[in-house]
Amino acid sequence: MIRFVGVRLFHAAFVMLAVSLIAFSLFRFVGDPIAQMVGTETSIEDQERLREQLGLNDSLPEQFGRFVGDLVRGDFGFSFRTREPIGEMIVARLPATLELSLVSLLLSLVIGIPAGAYTAIRNKSPGATAVLLVSLVGVSVPTFVIGIALIYVFGVELGWLPTFGRGETVAIGWWTTGLATLSGLKAIIMPAATLAVYQLTLTMRLVRSEMLEVMRSDHIRFAEARGLSHGTIHYRHGLRGTLVPVVTIVGLQFGGIIAFSIVTESVFQWPGMGLLFLESIRFVDIPVMSVYLVIVAALFVLINLIVDITYFLIDPRIRVRAREG
Amino acid sequence: MALLEIDNLTVEYPTRFGVVTAIRDVSLKLEPGRIHGLVGESGAGKSTVGAAVMGLIASPGRVASGSIKLTGEELVGADDNLRRGYRGKRMAMIFQDPLTSLDPLFTVEDQLIETIRHHLPFTADQARKRALTLLEAVGIDDAPRRMRDYPHQFSGGMRQRVVIALAICTEPELIIADEPTTALDVSVQKQILALIRRLARRHDIGVIFVTHDIGVIGEVTDFVSVMYQGEVVETGPTELILGGPQQRYTKSLMAAVPRLGKRLPRFPTPGGDIGGKGGDDAEAWLLRRDETSTSTAVINAETANQMLNVDRITVEFGPGGLFGRGQRVRAVDDVSFAIGRGEVLGLVGESGSGKSTIAKSIVGLVRPDSGCIWYGDADLCARDSNEAGAVRHEVQMIFQDPYSSLNNRWRIGDIVAEPLSVYRLAESRRQARALVASVLDLVGVGRENMHRYPHQFSGGQRQRIAIARALVARPRLLVCDEPTSALDVSIQAQILNLLKDLQARLGLTILFISHNLPVVRQMADRVVVLRNGRVEETGEAEAFFNEPQSAYGKELLAETPSLHLLGPVIAMI
Amino acid sequence: MASLARRWRDFTLNNEIVYLWLRAPAAQIATLVATVLIAATLAAPLVAPTDPFDLATFSILDSFVPPVWTDGGDPRFILGTDDQGRDLLSSILYGARLSILVGAAAIAFAVVIGVSLGMIAGYFGGWLDTVIMRVADVQLSLPAIMTALLIDGVARGILPAARHDDLMFYVLVGAIGLSLWVNFARTARASTLVERGKEYVQAAEILGVGRFRILLTHILPNIRGPIMVIMTVDLAVAILLEATLSFLGVGVPASQPSLGTLIRIGNDYIFSGEWWVVAFPALTLIVLIISVNVVGDFLRDALNPKLR
Repeated sequence: MIRFVGVRLFHAAFVMLAVSLIAFSLFRFVGDPIAQMVGTETSIEDQERLREQLGLNDSLPEQFGRFVGDLVRGDFGFSFRTREPIGEMIVARLPATLELSLVSLLLSLVIGIPAGAYTAIRNKSPGATAVLLVSLVGVSVPTFVIGIALIYVFGVELGWLPTFGRGETVAIGWWTTGLATLSGLKAIIMPAATLAVYQLTLTMRLVRSEMLEVMRSDHIRFAEARGLSHGTIHYRHGLRGTLVPVVTIVGLQFGGIIAFSIVTESVFQWPGMGLLFLESIRFVDIPVMSVYLVIVAALFVLINLIVDITYFLIDPRIRVRAREG
Repeated sequence: MALLEIDNLTVEYPTRFGVVTAIRDVSLKLEPGRIHGLVGESGAGKSTVGAAVMGLIASPGRVASGSIKLTGEELVGADDNLRRGYRGKRMAMIFQDPLTSLDPLFTVEDQLIETIRHHLPFTADQARKRALTLLEAVGIDDAPRRMRDYPHQFSGGMRQRVVIALAICTEPELIIADEPTTALDVSVQKQILALIRRLARRHDIGVIFVTHDIGVIGEVTDFVSVMYQGEVVETGPTELILGGPQQRYTKSLMAAVPRLGKRLPRFPTPGGDIGGKGGDDAEAWLLRRDETSTSTAVINAETANQMLNVDRITVEFGPGGLFGRGQRVRAVDDVSFAIGRGEVLGLVGESGSGKSTIAKSIVGLVRPDSGCIWYGDADLCARDSNEAGAVRHEVQMIFQDPYSSLNNRWRIGDIVAEPLSVYRLAESRRQARALVASVLDLVGVGRENMHRYPHQFSGGQRQRIAIARALVARPRLLVCDEPTSALDVSIQAQILNLLKDLQARLGLTILFISHNLPVVRQMADRVVVLRNGRVEETGEAEAFFNEPQSAYGKELLAETPSLHLLGPVIAMI
Repeated sequence: MASLARRWRDFTLNNEIVYLWLRAPAAQIATLVATVLIAATLAAPLVAPTDPFDLATFSILDSFVPPVWTDGGDPRFILGTDDQGRDLLSSILYGARLSILVGAAAIAFAVVIGVSLGMIAGYFGGWLDTVIMRVADVQLSLPAIMTALLIDGVARGILPAARHDDLMFYVLVGAIGLSLWVNFARTARASTLVERGKEYVQAAEILGVGRFRILLTHILPNIRGPIMVIMTVDLAVAILLEATLSFLGVGVPASQPSLGTLIRIGNDYIFSGEWWVVAFPALTLIVLIISVNVVGDFLRDALNPKLR
């Protein structure tokens, strides 16, 4: 177990280092940081002094080392655009994005896994065909179009739900939650649904194809030959075998959700990190972009680590190999 | 009353090409405690009979007519729930591959208890006790501890014992065993067959035993039905059918079975031989040897009669690289042998003995960690050897699986022509085409097939095409790695005949690798016996088969089904 | 004639994909719709009523004309006009053309990079495999939209503003292509690993055929099935990505609108009742993607007999 986690940690560290390198190159080479920071009236001497102060004249490995060191200490620097510390900007917006992402991840798994199992077990039945047809629309309609359509129907025409923002939020320490108030809950329904549709469809299709494959395997035929009931065969042996690969996909899903949260936040003016990232791209606010990159990668790596460990707990083949090897 | 009575059973599969009849008018009768074999080549429909009895015919197949009675009760057309209730309770099934038959995510104990409690009114504790007794009965040592293990922690033979325990855990009256020992080594096979026989006798269980292997039929069954293209051609007590078959098909099938006890110059093929005729141009071209040919240039006296000398080679596999950990496995351990010119050397051993790795080392797919392989004066393992490169084409290989050894996207003509273009052996495109055509004639595929793709050919034809590809490289040494183990026995007889003919016509030297001792007996002049990567015994074939020297050699011969029930070949034709 | 009919029957029976396609009405309709759509948009300069990029052909006086079948419709503008008075049908044709071109070019880019790296990783193994697949892992930890957004942001930082609009097409193709190559690399690698273990490859190795020649002439033809499936499925993804980026305002410039840009523009008028400005581009996009997806699904199921 320890060895297994150790190897995974090593991989995670490698990915983080690579992402930091990309972020650092962004920060260092895209445009001149000094020119971005100071006004045009600043003298060349002052610019040069600033350059020296910031260590931009040091060797690149040194600069990179300092960059990573700062990141690890949580010192993210300042935004070119607003001059605010990026750390504070992120902290203010992280909860909004995480709440939105987790609610839609939950939605997509809670609906997607049973729907996938249903379409696999009742393969080719009218019900399953209907679900598959709906799922086709799910993967084909762009997230932002779904958002616009929802806004038009429930916001503009029916007027039931707010079309933008998080509603009222409650602060718990530094964390602000919209899940504790009625207006906050109403506000999250449409964005979370919008964000969930695509992921839900993917989950469903994946569970379906994996399960169809498992249902054709020899041990299912042998279970049938032993006369076990359909319930036992489908859920105990079929679905469980399916979950092993599905768990890995949840990690990828989370990445997709974070990515598409950018779109959803833009459609619903959701005050999260995605919106911040989008603004930073429009205004070429490189430091914010690179910090966003690092934080998202860190989230992603963390989720994948959890997924790997879950995988390890579900599948005895990996567990035993790790114990013996 | 018979335990199982099948009457005029017909099973059909609708396909896009029309309705295919998998089995037609099959009848048989099985008494409790008896083992009834179903034997036949691929496509004979023998597995379909078992599936029909279990009610497990995959859709869209269906029983078109006939009846299946279990102790007098009609099963065809019976209620689905009734049949499911009988499955596992009154009749059980054992599949070929014990690795995939068990759910990898549950322990053996879980799967046993689940099945027992599903069919019998047992508490968890009672079920566990029963599971333990069963595992001990099928010969799992240290059962209390091992039952908590997952399937992948068992070896192949042990896994098949677990599968058998699962099959008998509810005391069924009938077991369908579908090729239960095909994936196992002969030593394990012998034990599993003995186990099945013992269980059948002791618990009065009737067994339908489906297999392609006549040897296994002779070893374990009381009665046998020989099937051909969906029909039973002959049925009766095993010793009568094997010893004195009456039908033409059965006779030719028995004649094609290689005997461990006797070497035949050729297999009798009542239908006439395929190939061996024509291809004279190719033969002339293959026999023409340039005086400047490298390997014949200098031969020192000592190695004059040696084609190939394998000198103390060792091959290890295992994890390497950045995250490498765990033990490296020694697949070949200090192996030496030599092959004389024009000789057929048989390399025998069970799975994991390293025989395929040796073949790969000789043809250059694997580089030995130590030792060398001398081909004449050229060291085939030398790292940047020009001499090895120059003689490389003289060593060619025939593979086991004809379905994977041909590139499905290439035409037959292009596949066979590839060596010509790689070695620039042909002077012109026209000559190349003519040669390919002639070689295809030589191996009995026919030049008119040049423009077709591999999927249009049967396994036996594909193997002929693979042989043609090897021949075109102008080899002197042919390495045949299990060349017939994926083929039906009648096809095997034809391919073995072809190899014998080619060897005679072209003066080839052959390294013949097989796990199947009767086959090796038919081919080899000398044998090398391998076990766990080491040489156990080397000697003249006749001497080895009559009186093996090593303990392991004796064991191997004793475990191979002896086919003493079969009549002499001459009587068959 | 009779022999021709027989040969056609043999062909449709023996060619797995043709046989299944002839029995899958959904796939037939989707193929038809996708073909017509793609043909119409590629031929936009010939079939579109006006040229939406030519300032002389439209007038602000014609702005917000509703579709022809509603009150106030104008027969000159079948689907109505947008805020600047451009014919919506023409804009959609030209816009879809741009979307499809970006998508197709991005897929071509991704295929070339992904398949070659994947095949090399799968065939050679060892450290090459480790390095390539680690890079793929890093790429995978950055979801497609984010990669595209980042590249776009970087391009904005590096390219001078004046050149930016001209080069945007290539930036988009590069961004989308780079975010999708991992799919191809993983598929190509997995398929190559399977093929490498087959004996026909060993046979070629024994013959001493060069490694790259083995990859190109032996392995590539055998793995093209799964790659074609990913190409179709990912074409839909690429078009979606382009639309999303343009919707977010970081895609193609507004002077040359793609479907996504049109939807972004139309989105502003959703509250004021000019629904057609957003509805028709969105509908076109959805129909295009659904039909490509149906074809992709069909191909995947047809080439994977296990799922049938």
